[in-house]
Amino acid sequence: MANLKALRGRISSVKSTQKITKAMNMVAAAKLRRAQDAVEASRPYAVRMERVIGTLASGMAGRDDAPALLAGTGSDQKHLIIVATAERGLCGGFNTNIVKAARAKIAELQQAGKDVQILCVGRKGRDALRRQHGSLIIETIEFAGVRSLGFEHAQPVAQKVLAMYEDGAFDVCHLAYSRFESVLAQVPTVAQLIPAQVAADVEEPDLDGAVYTYEPDEEDILRALLPRNVAVQIFKALLENSASEQGARMTAMDNATRNAGDMIDKLTLIYNRQRQAAITTELIEIISGAEAL
Amino acid sequence: MADRIQFELVSPARLLTSMEVDMIVVPGTEGDFAVLPGHMPVVSTLRPGAVDVYVDNTDKPSERFFVAGGFAEVALDTFTVLAETAIPMADLDRSHLEQEIADTREDIEDARSDEDRQASEERLSQLEDMLNSLAEFTKV
Repeated sequence: MANLKALRGRISSVKSTQKITKAMNMVAAAKLRRAQDAVEASRPYAVRMERVIGTLASGMAGRDDAPALLAGTGSDQKHLIIVATAERGLCGGFNTNIVKAARAKIAELQQAGKDVQILCVGRKGRDALRRQHGSLIIETIEFAGVRSLGFEHAQPVAQKVLAMYEDGAFDVCHLAYSRFESVLAQVPTVAQLIPAQVAADVEEPDLDGAVYTYEPDEEDILRALLPRNVAVQIFKALLENSASEQGARMTAMDNATRNAGDMIDKLTLIYNRQRQAAITTELIEIISGAEAL
Repeated sequence: MADRIQFELVSPARLLTSMEVDMIVVPGTEGDFAVLPGHMPVVSTLRPGAVDVYVDNTDKPSERFFVAGGFAEVALDTFTVLAETAIPMADLDRSHLEQEIADTREDIEDARSDEDRQASEERLSQLEDMLNSLAEFTKV
C-alpha cells in the first residue's frame, strides 16, 4: 500500500499529464480543420488532371510507343515503395498502421522474389523500418519544421522518384500512406504510382459530339502530364497523410485525456480511503492507549 | 450558346479563381491563343508566360496572371488552366523581382553542389520569365 504522500504526488502528476493531452487534443483539432481544408482545396486540380489523363490514356492504350510512365518498363522485377509517415509520434496507431501496410507489401513482394527498395518520407517511417529493412532504405526525406505542406514539398520527392525511374532503378513504384476517411477512420493504403493507374471509368465531359483538339499532340501532352501527375499524387498523399495524422492524434489524445480522468478518479478514491484508514487507526491507538491506563 | 465563358485557374494547392469572362489569352506551347465562348474543345500545354483575362472590355485585360507552365483545357464554355505556379501580375513588383534575380545569380556562383546550382538556375529562369511578362504587361 502506497503511502498518502506518494498517492498525492501521483494524482498531481496524472493531472498535469491530462492537461498536456487535453492541449494536444485541441491543437490537433485546430490543425485537422486546416489540413482538411487543404485536402478539399487540392481536389479540383487532381480531378481535372485525372480526367485529361484518362481521356488521353484510353487513346494510347495498347500502343507500343506509349510513355514508360504509363505502360511500364516491361518488367516488374524491381520495386520501389515510398513510405509516407508523420514526423512525430503520439498519434495513436497512425504511423504503425502505415508501416504495417508497407511491411505486408514488402513481404509479399519479397516472397515473389522481387527486389525491393524503400524511400521514406517522414522520420517515423524510417525509425520503424530501420531495424527490419534497414538495408533496403535508400533515402529518407524529412519534413521536420515544415508548418504547412505545399506543392513545393512534394515536387522534390517526385523529381527524385522520376530521376530514379529514368535511370532504371526500379520498374514499379508503390506509395504507402494513410487515406483520410473521417476523423475516426484513417485507412492505410498502398497505391500504385508508377506505371500510372488510370481510372477506367473516367467521366468524359459532354462535348456535344465535338472532339478534343490536342496541342502540340496527344503524345507530347501525355508526356508532359504524366510526370506532373506523379507529383500531384504524392502531394495528395502528403495532404491526406497530414489530415489523417491530426485526426489520429485528436482521437488518441481524447482517449488519453479520458483515461487520465478515470485514473485520477480511481487514485482519489484510494487516497480518501487510505486517509480515512489512517485516521481510524490513529483513533483506535489513542482510545486503546487511554483504556490501558 | 452562352456569351460568356467560365474560367478557372487551378493550382495543386487550391482553386485560385473561378469567374465568368469574355475572353482569355493563354501562352500555349505552340503559340499564344485566345479563347472565346463557343471555342472548340482543346487541350494544350502552356509555356511560362502571362494569362490574360478579359471581362466586359476586350481591349484591355482586366486581370493578368503569371503561370510557370502547366496546361489548359477548353470544354464547352468552360476553360480550365492547371498551373503549378500562378501569381496575379498585380502582386509582382519589378524592383523586387530584379533584386531576387540578382540574389539568385549570386546563389548560382556560390552553389556548392550541382544540385544546388541546378535548383538555383531553374529558379532564375522562372524569375526571368516573370520579369519578361511583367515588362510586357506594363508596356500595354
